[in-house]
Amino acid sequence: METKNLHSVAALFDTPEKIINAANKVKDAGYKKFDVNTPYPVHGMDKAMGLGQSKIGWITLFFGFSGAIFIFLFMGWTMAMNYPYVVGGKPFFSFPAFIPITFEVTVLSGSIATIVGMLAVFFNLPSLNDPIQDSDYLKQVSTDKFGILIQAANEKFDKEKVVEFLKSLGASTIEYIYEPEKEEFKILQPKFMVFLALVAILTSGGTYVTLNKLMYVIPFNWMDRQSKSNPQSETTFFHDGFAMRMPVKGTIAKGFMPYPYQGQAQPNEVLSNPTLPTKEILELGQRKFLTFCSPCHGNYADGNSRLRGQFPPGPTLHSDKIIGYSDGMIYNIITNGQNAMPSYAYQIPREQRWAIIDYIRVLQRAQNPKPSDFQAISQLKKESGKNVVN
Amino acid sequence: MNIDYTKELALVEGNPRLADIDELISRPLTQPVTKKYYIALSISGTALLIGVYSLWLTLYYGIGMWGNNVPVGWAFDITNFVFWIGIGHAGTLISAILFLLRQRWRTGIARFAEAMTIFAVMTAGIFPVIHTGRPWLAGYLIPYPNQHLLWPNFISPLLWDVFAVSTYFTVSLLFWYMGLIPDFAILRDRTVSKVKKTIYSVFSLGWRHSNRHWRHYEKVYMILAGLATPLVLSVHTIVSFDFAVSLIPGWHTTIFPPYFVAGAIYSGFAMVMTVLIFVRKIFDMENLITLNHLERMAKVMLLTSSMVAYSYLMEFFIAWYSQVPSEQYDFWARVVGPYRWAWYFMISCNFLIPQLIWFKKIRRSVPILFIISICANIGMWFERFVIIVQSLSRDFLPSSWHMFTPTLVDFGVLTGSFGLFFTLVLLFAKTLPVVSMVETKSVLEGSQPHHYNDDHNGEVGAGHANITAGVGAALNGGKNGN
Repeated sequence: METKNLHSVAALFDTPEKIINAANKVKDAGYKKFDVNTPYPVHGMDKAMGLGQSKIGWITLFFGFSGAIFIFLFMGWTMAMNYPYVVGGKPFFSFPAFIPITFEVTVLSGSIATIVGMLAVFFNLPSLNDPIQDSDYLKQVSTDKFGILIQAANEKFDKEKVVEFLKSLGASTIEYIYEPEKEEFKILQPKFMVFLALVAILTSGGTYVTLNKLMYVIPFNWMDRQSKSNPQSETTFFHDGFAMRMPVKGTIAKGFMPYPYQGQAQPNEVLSNPTLPTKEILELGQRKFLTFCSPCHGNYADGNSRLRGQFPPGPTLHSDKIIGYSDGMIYNIITNGQNAMPSYAYQIPREQRWAIIDYIRVLQRAQNPKPSDFQAISQLKKESGKNVVN
Repeated sequence: MNIDYTKELALVEGNPRLADIDELISRPLTQPVTKKYYIALSISGTALLIGVYSLWLTLYYGIGMWGNNVPVGWAFDITNFVFWIGIGHAGTLISAILFLLRQRWRTGIARFAEAMTIFAVMTAGIFPVIHTGRPWLAGYLIPYPNQHLLWPNFISPLLWDVFAVSTYFTVSLLFWYMGLIPDFAILRDRTVSKVKKTIYSVFSLGWRHSNRHWRHYEKVYMILAGLATPLVLSVHTIVSFDFAVSLIPGWHTTIFPPYFVAGAIYSGFAMVMTVLIFVRKIFDMENLITLNHLERMAKVMLLTSSMVAYSYLMEFFIAWYSQVPSEQYDFWARVVGPYRWAWYFMISCNFLIPQLIWFKKIRRSVPILFIISICANIGMWFERFVIIVQSLSRDFLPSSWHMFTPTLVDFGVLTGSFGLFFTLVLLFAKTLPVVSMVETKSVLEGSQPHHYNDDHNGEVGAGHANITAGVGAALNGGKNGN
């Protein structure tokens, strides 16, 4: 017994009244490092031990409010700033609709912080190596005894005196609690290394199987396989074997406009541009030109293909030949295609084709400006006082 | 049978000592498993397997395996969800609201009710997820910065549901676990098996019943009860928003939140009563879960049943008062329409049968209480069925009216939900203390000091020292005066 360090002297009492009295007396005797262990919270013990109000409520308050403010601002940011979209005609920042989640997150963050704070910060748990663990003393106070323990670390601790003192208070049993022997856990012991390896294998293997195998198993395969027929495929559903259907004879699709100039050399006699080169039309034409035409003809229609030789470059549209084309001729080429250029009839609606032609005319004029254009520009410069166009 | 209700009835009967409480409550954990338990487990396990198979069919072939079809897009799935969430409301009500109201009788039933809450919310949580058709994509409900730059729609009641139910589950679990920590410590100190000791030690986190811990612990219990009280009311409120915020006749009403909360508490208490009637009998806990407990629960049921009945009537009144033809028709169709049988079930089980509780003889008769509680469960399931299926099948456009016919898979999933719930309940009853040992001890007669403010202790403890009979037991004799 001499080799062990005494941690504390523990005494057991039989009734809640006795333990309250004992706690009072121990406190009055000036011991600071003592504790009372009871099978359940005994009323009045905080006062007897001289403990004040628990301050743990501040944790709840702080984290509850933090959670509320965070989620409220977060919802406002996602719904009104980061990715605003209209739902049910409500404003992007719908204050009333944010209340339920703000409330839930307040409760969630407040409760988690309180419990984690209590266990980890206030109690310093989990800790299984407290000296009283596994002692008979703890087993008794677990069940039906009321214990008090005075630590040897108290300033005026004297073993014999403390025992006498506790006995005088009516203790039924006295027990000595000793410091536990130091245990050492080396990082490099085989058991731990095997455990680490197992964790690594399970984590990486599980991730691999989930991401590379499981996600491609029915039904988790993102609807890759569906009981439907794709375009151009065969089917047994229709008796002609085609998955795609022809329009019913004698019907015309909605929005269909016949194009009777197929193969006609100069349709310009009958095709004329129905649009006026207004600002809106030119901007539409610019957008569509940059989308559909610029990959081959270049951003300025100068034949500087954006595809860098991956596809035969389109010719420049600034040649005298093309400048001389009528609008109807260019429309015909866009509609039907020419040489390596395919038909764009299905990709670009009629009005947009005309808008593109208007924009091509703008590009051509910009490459071959007239003296009146320079005059107009210098006029603009004077008016605004700025360097409008170089 | 003359009971003086002006005094608080005994919370624990039979005058047990503190040690008896531990012994009694931890007995099911140490006794060998009986044949009856295996029979019960195999029944619930079979139901669970039926559910698993039905779910597999649903996932493999899609939710076309269910009877849902336009316009009845929500049917058994959401009915079951609301039903189970409702069942889950009793636990937190008992542990939080009754705690704040200083209803000490809650100690006998709180642990079990909280466990049932957790299991019921787990069961309920399955339904909205499988109802989406591809539950493995449910991760997108969590607002994290994903590669699609997508955020969930925070102003949708369905997302509020996600937050409400997951918060409710987390907080209930924490609350429950927090109550279990000291009980785990008791079990740790009682057991002789090394494996059990390791498990209990881990879960007790090294709890040592220190009063320096108790004082924070009690405070936290109070704070959590304060947080959980508005939470439990908010959860079913938000569930009711799923309906009330939409425009379907029969759903678009402002009475839904209180009406749903009352119904949830009603069904939750009914389920707790159903299960506890078995538990107190099988585990010999009639002294801890007394007839007084059952009577009080019956009273809560009567109260909430009346609130629900009031809501039923008020819905009809508002439908008439609103002068909206489709709303009026919808409620008329509940009484005389094709789903009238479900409405009659609902009215008789939730309104008429609970009226029997007014009679003292009936509310102190265990078999009749059992029947009433079963009726309440059936009635509350049909209430949700009426609200969801009946309203959807009779919406604004008569041309879109359509009947809902459940499939075998629908019933399979429903069976499975009961299987999961009762399997979890059975496993819980055999592995964890079903009544809180610490709380029961603290409300025992004589467990709290009577005059803790004055110092003279000469004769204290003389009158009621019997709680720790066997004073100075020889357990510690060897080490005395060492």
